[in-house]
Amino acid sequence: MTTATAQIGTGERSAVRYGSIARGRKRTLYWSYFFLILFVIFFLMPPVYMFITSLKTSAEIGAVTNPWWVYHPTLQNYIDLLSQAQFLTFFKNSALVAVIVVSVTMVVSIMAAFSLARMKFWGSGTLATGVFLTYLIPESLLFIPLFKIFAFIHDLTGIELINHWWVLVFLYPTLTVPFCTWIMIGYFASIPKELDEAALIDGAGYIQILTRVFIPVALPGIIAATIFCFTVSWANFLYPLAFTTSADQLVLPVGIVTTLIKGDVYNWGQIMTGALLGAAPPLIIYAFLMDYYIAGLTAGATKG
Amino acid sequence: MADAVARDLRIPVVRRRVGARALVSRKSMIAFFFALPLILIVLCLVVYPAFYSMHLATLNKSMTKFVGFGNFEFLFKRNTFWMVVEQSVLFAVTAVIFKAVIGFVVAHFVHNIPLKGQRKWRGMLLIPWVIPPAMSTLAWLWLFDPSYSAFNWILNHLGLAGIPWLGNPYWARAGIILVNVWVGSPFFMIMYLAALKSVPEQLHEAAAIDGANWFQKIWYVNLPMMRNIIQITALFSLIVTFANFDIVKILTNGGPVDQTHVFATWAFTLGIWGNDIPLGASVSLFMFPILAVAAGLILRNIRNRGNEA
Amino acid sequence: MAEVALRNIVKTFDRTPAVAGIDLNINDREFVVLVGPSGCGKTTTLRMIAGLEEATSGEIYIGDQLVNDVPPKDRDIAMVFQNYALYPHMTVYENMSFGLRLKKFPKAEIKERVENAARILDITNLLDRRPKQLSGGQRQRVAMGRAIVRNPKVFLFDEPLSNLDAKLRVQMRMEIKKVHQKVTVTTVYVTHDQIEAMTLADRVVVMNGGKIEQIGSPNEVYHRPTTRFVAGFIGSPAMNFLPCRLVEGSNGSAGLSVKLSDKLTFPVPPDRVGRYRPHAGRELLFGLRPEDIIEKRGDLPPGRTAFDAQLDVVEPMGMETMVYFLVDGTEVCGRVNPAVAGKPGETMPLVADLNHMHLIDPKTDQVL
Repeated sequence: MTTATAQIGTGERSAVRYGSIARGRKRTLYWSYFFLILFVIFFLMPPVYMFITSLKTSAEIGAVTNPWWVYHPTLQNYIDLLSQAQFLTFFKNSALVAVIVVSVTMVVSIMAAFSLARMKFWGSGTLATGVFLTYLIPESLLFIPLFKIFAFIHDLTGIELINHWWVLVFLYPTLTVPFCTWIMIGYFASIPKELDEAALIDGAGYIQILTRVFIPVALPGIIAATIFCFTVSWANFLYPLAFTTSADQLVLPVGIVTTLIKGDVYNWGQIMTGALLGAAPPLIIYAFLMDYYIAGLTAGATKG
Repeated sequence: MADAVARDLRIPVVRRRVGARALVSRKSMIAFFFALPLILIVLCLVVYPAFYSMHLATLNKSMTKFVGFGNFEFLFKRNTFWMVVEQSVLFAVTAVIFKAVIGFVVAHFVHNIPLKGQRKWRGMLLIPWVIPPAMSTLAWLWLFDPSYSAFNWILNHLGLAGIPWLGNPYWARAGIILVNVWVGSPFFMIMYLAALKSVPEQLHEAAAIDGANWFQKIWYVNLPMMRNIIQITALFSLIVTFANFDIVKILTNGGPVDQTHVFATWAFTLGIWGNDIPLGASVSLFMFPILAVAAGLILRNIRNRGNEA
Repeated sequence: MAEVALRNIVKTFDRTPAVAGIDLNINDREFVVLVGPSGCGKTTTLRMIAGLEEATSGEIYIGDQLVNDVPPKDRDIAMVFQNYALYPHMTVYENMSFGLRLKKFPKAEIKERVENAARILDITNLLDRRPKQLSGGQRQRVAMGRAIVRNPKVFLFDEPLSNLDAKLRVQMRMEIKKVHQKVTVTTVYVTHDQIEAMTLADRVVVMNGGKIEQIGSPNEVYHRPTTRFVAGFIGSPAMNFLPCRLVEGSNGSAGLSVKLSDKLTFPVPPDRVGRYRPHAGRELLFGLRPEDIIEKRGDLPPGRTAFDAQLDVVEPMGMETMVYFLVDGTEVCGRVNPAVAGKPGETMPLVADLNHMHLIDPKTDQVL
């Protein structure tokens, strides 16, 4: 046996190329990096171009120079926008809407998810499925009937619901509540049942189980849901475009699109600056809480 | 109450039964109250409007008269309507296919590189998904600008003619799909990467020992293992893409001459700008069948996942 | 301190009975182990004592109190779960004190109780850690600590050792026994591991199919099983069962014999003859534990019978060797001294100790 091995070993010595497997792996690695760089260029080009343009004066934008380079960088666009009362109003409206929607959504969906994932009542299974289905109904299907309903409420009660920034607080939950409830059901369901039983024996009531066990344990999920909720309320475009028109009631995305574009006069330096500032809050949150952001993204389909 | 207590004292067995049932029903009462805000929001802001829009679709423009299927008959006779149907379907299907393919490929590239570098690359690749689409579409609008297009500048420097990005219907459609793919493929990438990570490494090793090359590993191992996530993600995206508003609205606003309208933007134009709410509602209702089919398929897929586990 | 009593407890899930009428009295400070295969209703019984499941019918008493309607927190019990169920976001100290904090105990008393429990369990240095930073055995101790600080009337253990590896399990088993000696509280312990049941229990309750098969001390259930199930379930390796016929006459005398096959017949020991006489002539099941089939050495004491067996499989275990041979197609196991164990295929002289034999009525599955 030993001799046979030795013979094979000497006989094939010349044919063996040590490290060929490692070389193959290295080649795969280099190609992967090469394509990743190409894709990163493709994916990052628009935001980078936004940034480039935002540093330019109108004169430089109008000149026939290399659009991908800034010859005379200036922060004038940022100074102009941030000293503009109107732009700050957009910012304030957006922030208020986002904060209120996030708070309301999280309270509603955490309570509902706890109830649906753990307590169960007649019809709770159907309701959980229903929540999932409503989360699939897009806003583009709902804005017309909602617009009409709001106008109707106005006729009935005299409360003006159209053209106020705060109506968005009633609209955004159609997008945020079903999704957040759905992923919170998933997170809560993954908490072992013994944990609430232990708490039950320790003497905790339902509200204590929720606040002192479930919420702390599912905190990563809650952060993920909060981020999602904020991103959606910050980014939505259709609802504010349909429901608000006066300049002082607009939120950021709509404000930038409707006020910075005047007829067919495009002040691209300011538009890009505004767009970049409008994209900044979600990007900053993403930069700091990327793992939670991604967890929330994948939770919608992988949990539950 | 006092009566109940008195009876309890006499018949302890009955007291116990009543107590037990009271305990159970109290629990489900609390549960119901916890879920009540959700139920109200869903009923008032989603379910009721959805049905209300069906009612709206049967009214005339001033909403004074019931016209039955009148609005639909009117739509069927208009060329623009059929153009919108065609454009919506073409847009959604093409964009989802591109997003899925790019997401799948990029996920594999990210998966190939060492684990500690993956976070950084993943982080950069997801940025298009994080930026509010209305904001990033503005950047694309500027990149496509008829006189200052930064793309055309590159093409011109390479000696090629500039492209009328949004001026020509075909290029405009392609441009809309391009922007949508740019926004959406990072999402696919993240989902597929998560699915890829859940494929046990031993399966690849077993396949390698069975003599599979890299393509066979992907085809016979990764693809079947990821099938469920691939389907769910694609169906999710199909819904979102089909109902897309932001990109078309900002990029072309339906133009040139209504050739790039999708259901959402056309419904907006008719319903909000044109002030014909019933007609707008009728248009948006056409999204419903495809959404229902996709939602049903997703639900089935998610149920299957549950059964596998 | 309290006794626990179950009176005809029944639990059905969607009409399938999980527990089909159980009567059990557990004395104050007694350590009772419910043991049985999975699905035998032992965990359901424990959860009904805890109040996590509601009994479909029957009565549960803790102390003198009927507790059917009492919620878990008011039953004055503590439970250790299979997966420990430690709150992952709390430190060990917070985990152990959670119940007391909910009941608004004074801070000083909480501290004293936790530290006392920590001392008993030797986890004083872990109090600031979180469950994630602990090993399986340490988590197990914390879970027990959480139970001890509450100073409950009854301790409930739900398969607490089944998530530990074999070595740690033996160690923690001893630990639990020690703790029970220090903190003598009525304890109900559920396990599927019969060795755990034997080593820990004052009394073992063997359950099967939602019913109690036998209640008795570990020695009783081992040496005097009352049913075929108990005989087969307790003991590892399991008791050998062979179909047999009880025949008159043994070595020409007036006794009885057990005829296992055409070649193999064992005489019934004289002191058993009276007991088995009514069943003479019947087809029965013969049961004998592997340790009662040993190698032949020297003279045969009364009740032992020598025979030759052709070995089929031989399993050396170190301090002993398991030998397997066939009797009419049925595998039979014996435990022999490794020094004299034969090789597979060889014929080896063995001795059966019939003083420990059992005869089972195949119709009723009762041990005769």
